[in-house]
Amino acid sequence: MAERTPWSLAGALRGLRGRKTIDDSTWEDLEEALLVADFGPDITEALMAQMRAQVAKYSTTDPEDLNRMLREALEERLAKHDTTLKLSDRPAVVLVVGVNGVGKTTTIGKLAKFVANSGRSVVVGAADTFRAAAVDQLATWAERAGVDIVRPQMEGQDPSAVAYQTVEWAIAHGTEIVIIDTAGRLQTKSGLMDELSKIRRVIEKQAPIAEVLLVLDATTGQNGLAQAEAFLEHAGVTGLVLTKLDGSAKGGFVLAVQERTGIPVKLVGNGEGIGDLAGFTPHAFAAALIG
Amino acid sequence: MATFGTLSSRLTETFKNLRTKGKLSPADIDGTVREIRRALLEADVSLNVVKAFTGAVRERALGDEVNRALNPAQQVVQIVNEELVAILGGNQRRLQFAKKPPTVIMLAGLQGAGKTTLAGKLAKYLAKDKHTPLLVACDLQRPNAVTQLEVVAKNAGVAVFSPEPGNGVGDPVKVAKASIKYAIDKQHDIVIIDTAGRLGVDAELMKQASDIRKATNPDEVLFVIDAMTGQDAVATALAFQEGVDFTGVVLSKLDGDARGGAALSVVSETHRPILFASTGENLDDFEPFYPDRMASRILDLGDILTLIEQAQEAFDEDEAAKVAQKFATDTFTLEDFLSQMQQLRNMGSIKKMMSMLPGAGAMKAQLDNFDEREIVRTEAIIQSMTIAERRTPKLLNGSRRLRIAKGSGMSVTEVNALVNRFEQAAKMMKTVAKGGVPQIPGMGPIPGAGYGGKGKVPLKKKGSKSGNPAKRAAENAALASGVPLGGAAAGGSGSGFGLGSAAGGATVATGAKAPPTAEELSALQKMLGRG
Repeated sequence: MAERTPWSLAGALRGLRGRKTIDDSTWEDLEEALLVADFGPDITEALMAQMRAQVAKYSTTDPEDLNRMLREALEERLAKHDTTLKLSDRPAVVLVVGVNGVGKTTTIGKLAKFVANSGRSVVVGAADTFRAAAVDQLATWAERAGVDIVRPQMEGQDPSAVAYQTVEWAIAHGTEIVIIDTAGRLQTKSGLMDELSKIRRVIEKQAPIAEVLLVLDATTGQNGLAQAEAFLEHAGVTGLVLTKLDGSAKGGFVLAVQERTGIPVKLVGNGEGIGDLAGFTPHAFAAALIG
Repeated sequence: MATFGTLSSRLTETFKNLRTKGKLSPADIDGTVREIRRALLEADVSLNVVKAFTGAVRERALGDEVNRALNPAQQVVQIVNEELVAILGGNQRRLQFAKKPPTVIMLAGLQGAGKTTLAGKLAKYLAKDKHTPLLVACDLQRPNAVTQLEVVAKNAGVAVFSPEPGNGVGDPVKVAKASIKYAIDKQHDIVIIDTAGRLGVDAELMKQASDIRKATNPDEVLFVIDAMTGQDAVATALAFQEGVDFTGVVLSKLDGDARGGAALSVVSETHRPILFASTGENLDDFEPFYPDRMASRILDLGDILTLIEQAQEAFDEDEAAKVAQKFATDTFTLEDFLSQMQQLRNMGSIKKMMSMLPGAGAMKAQLDNFDEREIVRTEAIIQSMTIAERRTPKLLNGSRRLRIAKGSGMSVTEVNALVNRFEQAAKMMKTVAKGGVPQIPGMGPIPGAGYGGKGKVPLKKKGSKSGNPAKRAAENAALASGVPLGGAAAGGSGSGFGLGSAAGGATVATGAKAPPTAEELSALQKMLGRG
């Protein structure tokens, strides 16, 4: 991930390091770099204050020191939460949620492959019965990943029913991991958000839900926070997946999301290939950010 | 969600402090500009645009024009609005059609921006205007994108050209080229090319998009961008501008609570106009983009013009005139009330309509709780009355009310509340019909209603007159049928009467007016609660 991501923050900070001493323009550049990386005004202000305090404390004037302190601060903030996926239940049910077009179905395809590669049996449930051809899209991914799929019995079927049948199928066949796709929904549509709560309740009748993964698009800005809070409330999100990190977007808003909601980033997606999914490592993420 | 504050609610908050002041000191302006900067950043407006914007606002706010104005704070609001409109493009532009059909429209954008859905919406929109669009499946990359487009085309009732199965098979450039010939043969006058999503940094795919463009020579290349996009919007837009040189922008997912930021940035950095806005998952949730209205939306002045347009579509002018007559002569009955309500329901979702009203941002939480079925219940109550009772509500004594409650499956209390509200609404409407436009709460900032402040005085008084505040609060909290009722009466008749002045009215003038303060909002809610 680190090599492929063209962080412009890194570029901006490189210019910053070229200077001899820390002066006003250094601070301005730093603030600008953080804002452009989508960290948002709150986190930016907090980081700026922290950096100023540290620079004063160690009375350093070397931009190189500032850079190192920034990386450490970011790493520390990012590493506050446990980023491992918990899939120890049998079956381990993973519900994947998010707004429209963030890459839920693609993420499921990659995740299914990822888990299947480590020798676990996987079934995916096509509970996105709303969008045109979403079921076929998931079926293609399931085929590529070589896993089973439970399809809706008819068009426009209640997604909760599909989720239920998928779990039922998994229990009957002794499948270890169940991954359920849901339709994209904007967090402001309360009716659709309630539907998500229902899917959750219905699944829990048969098996506890191991993980609810919220997929966030790295190109999203501060609205990512609103998304995370709403999905946390309605779906009980336990982890974040950050997708489209192979683009020019910075995804800095996840730090704000993580701090505000306490939900850790667990996976990152960085391409359209089936292998383009990786676990989240705060160290690598921060390093990629700072360059 | 309320805690984050969208751009509109942040600015509303900022201006609340400003509007209580008679004169502005440079420190006031600096403080406000800082708030605006923060609000814009939180709304994902790109940093460069924020800098330019706040600079311009600050300069103008410090200038003479502000301090000479009667109310300097309102002047600042006007400046912000004007600058927003200026950035958003000032004027709207329509699709350019080719002199010799077919007109070719190509869609491009990041993955998940909403291109395929948009293709369907655009096709349906054009088909409504008697065009015969052809959808072309050039997204041969994403699994089953071709199938999705075929389903979308079927739902939109338009033709689709999909010679290749997709999923990585086939050459999009060839498909695009062949589609033009196909369209000419089959006499389609518009060709809409759906392309695969691609990242701005992906040089290879950019080249492919550029090849499709060269092969088809489109009249319009539309760049579809998600309204939720962050700071990256500008980088992506510039990459696409360089790669395929789009001619216009479409803003998708505008029905979420992120609004404005990306739109502002993209338009100001690429100088390409936003042509359309996509506002929902249904194929009809699609509208032309109005820069001036968007500015008002960002400033939380509501989207009165869109609202009026919808009202115009749904309401029968004659019917409205009749109702107006009834209001004026005090012969408005529960029967008319019922038909008004049914008309209102023709306009579609009440929630959607309410959210277009000024100050609706602050009411977002209440709006979310608002239950559309409340209208159905109110209808049930009225329908459980005899014709005589509907015409003369005075007939309604205790036993009649009990019968009605049983008949409609509601409690007597609810029947009582309805009758009370109806009486108050009728009284209010009577005043309105006689020319008291500013007293309609939802229609406050209609153009021609004078400069903000004045119109609001009667509103406040009216609100405070409305009786026991605790009871009001309780009613508001429950958001009893009051909202639909008040909304029904106010929205319905208001559009009927106010159209003449509103349609011709300048939006900028509307926008110039200050958004309602919290107390005015609560007054508004009180009005709605009892209206």
